Amino acid sequence: MAITVRNLTKYYGQERAIDNISFDVKTGEIVGFLGPNGAGKTTTMKIITCYMPPSAGTVEVDGYNIADHSLEVRRKIGYLPELNPLYLDMNVVEYLEYAARLHGIDKATLKRQLASMIEVCGLKEVRHKDIGELSKGYKQRVGLAQAMIHDPEVLILDEPTSGLDPNQIVEIRNLIRQLGRAKTVVLSTHILSEVQATCDRVVIVNEGAIVADGTPGQLQQEFRGSELIVIELKAQVANPMVDIFPKLQALSNIESVEYGGGENGAHRFSLFAAKGSDIREEVFRQAVQERWVLLELTRKATSLEEVFHKLTKV
Amino acid sequence: MDFRKSMTNIGTIFQKELRSYFNSAVAYVVIVVFLAIVGWFHANALFLANTASLRLMFELVPIVFLFIVPAITMRLLSEEKKSGTIELLTTKPLIDVEIVLGKFLAAWALIGVTLLLTLVYYFTIAALGDIDNGPVVGGYFGLLLMAGVYVAIGVLASSLTDNQVIAFIVGFVFVFLFFMLDKVLLYVPEGLTSIIEFLSVDYHFSNIARGVVDSRDVLYFLSLLGFTLYLSVLSLERRKW
Repeated sequence: MAITVRNLTKYYGQERAIDNISFDVKTGEIVGFLGPNGAGKTTTMKIITCYMPPSAGTVEVDGYNIADHSLEVRRKIGYLPELNPLYLDMNVVEYLEYAARLHGIDKATLKRQLASMIEVCGLKEVRHKDIGELSKGYKQRVGLAQAMIHDPEVLILDEPTSGLDPNQIVEIRNLIRQLGRAKTVVLSTHILSEVQATCDRVVIVNEGAIVADGTPGQLQQEFRGSELIVIELKAQVANPMVDIFPKLQALSNIESVEYGGGENGAHRFSLFAAKGSDIREEVFRQAVQERWVLLELTRKATSLEEVFHKLTKV
Repeated sequence: MDFRKSMTNIGTIFQKELRSYFNSAVAYVVIVVFLAIVGWFHANALFLANTASLRLMFELVPIVFLFIVPAITMRLLSEEKKSGTIELLTTKPLIDVEIVLGKFLAAWALIGVTLLLTLVYYFTIAALGDIDNGPVVGGYFGLLLMAGVYVAIGVLASSLTDNQVIAFIVGFVFVFLFFMLDKVLLYVPEGLTSIIEFLSVDYHFSNIARGVVDSRDVLYFLSLLGFTLYLSVLSLERRKW
């Protein structure tokens, strides 16, 4: 159940929300759509779910074009819109039944699906309560249950964890991972740890365009800058800037060195080395040679967060 | 378009909306207010005029409709727009016509139930005196058609905005306009009077209420109703422009 997005462009009046976006989601993949607010994540999802048409470009879900086979596409998709809109005056079971019947599910399947959704999403205690009375975490579960009540092959989730507390976020994430195992999932978020925790692949969008596409590992690799090694060493010297600093700078592959201060004879340095190099061994040998006591030697990996900042800052 | 599937979808939305009227206080307030107003004037007429007819009720109900119908219909689409649930609804495998029809029928049915309850007044009169059944049947039929047009106008008004108050006021203004058309004929240039009169809801209603059901009058109501609902569907599709 693959999704193919080709050259998607959307204008709101004069304003361009997304600009020539293309990407693929393979069957069974969980793809995180990452970007700052206003990057075009929601617009893209609204187009995929047939809420509104694009200004240009095409989307195909399982080979069905959204323009020509809108009903088939919508039948295959389970959608949790941004801000999780719900009918607050309905109770949980009523609402899920309503959603299921709008999907044209027959009675027997409905009963089975309803029971399974209530079970999986942990809604048993609240199933006869009005949705308006539920806590935010429960509401989010109802939203997810609604999106999956017809057992869709594709799930489109727009910021499924927004506004939840940390515990609830973990719960919902686990739920998505568990439910997403057999489905194709696209979820949007501006929280990085979420992508790392749940997604097989990340698509980073900024100002309406895709700026990166790959697994979290790939992106970290690809957008790594210089290697950063942080060391702390103990040496009886009069002035570390004179006695230590130049010797560190003289190491091969070093791009720059920063002095991070020191106390009680211990001094901290940040060493920036050329991309792809590993200078730890050399640092160690140098320390031995100079009779410095090496208290700490740490290699800092580029986090996805840094990749994100690098790609999306204005 | 698969007709059977469409009927199922319309039925699902119809049921949900009707249930929502009765789950909230809306349905009961509407019914009580309606019956109280109509009952009060009906009782007055019965005892003062001393005639066995529902004529006064059939004159009064169209005026009550002016307020009640926009109040019933104002939330139908505007609330969905405001809360964002319209996005849920329109991304389900439904077509917009089904959404509009389901909601329209639910509001119309609520009016129908209310009218059904006014039969109490009919039976009290029928028990007291000889009543001419022709105008009664015509009157009820006319009221139902009139309500249909008003509800359709209300649905259209509700589709235009995400604000219920605006939906109510716009609905009221248009319903009032159709109600007033044949009452301002004196001020209209002579050449236009027959056209204006033909457009007026009350003109056709009073024809039917006399007990003479002419297909032209029925056609007037049905086409106005259909046209207004068509505009509502277009308005709902505005998101796609």
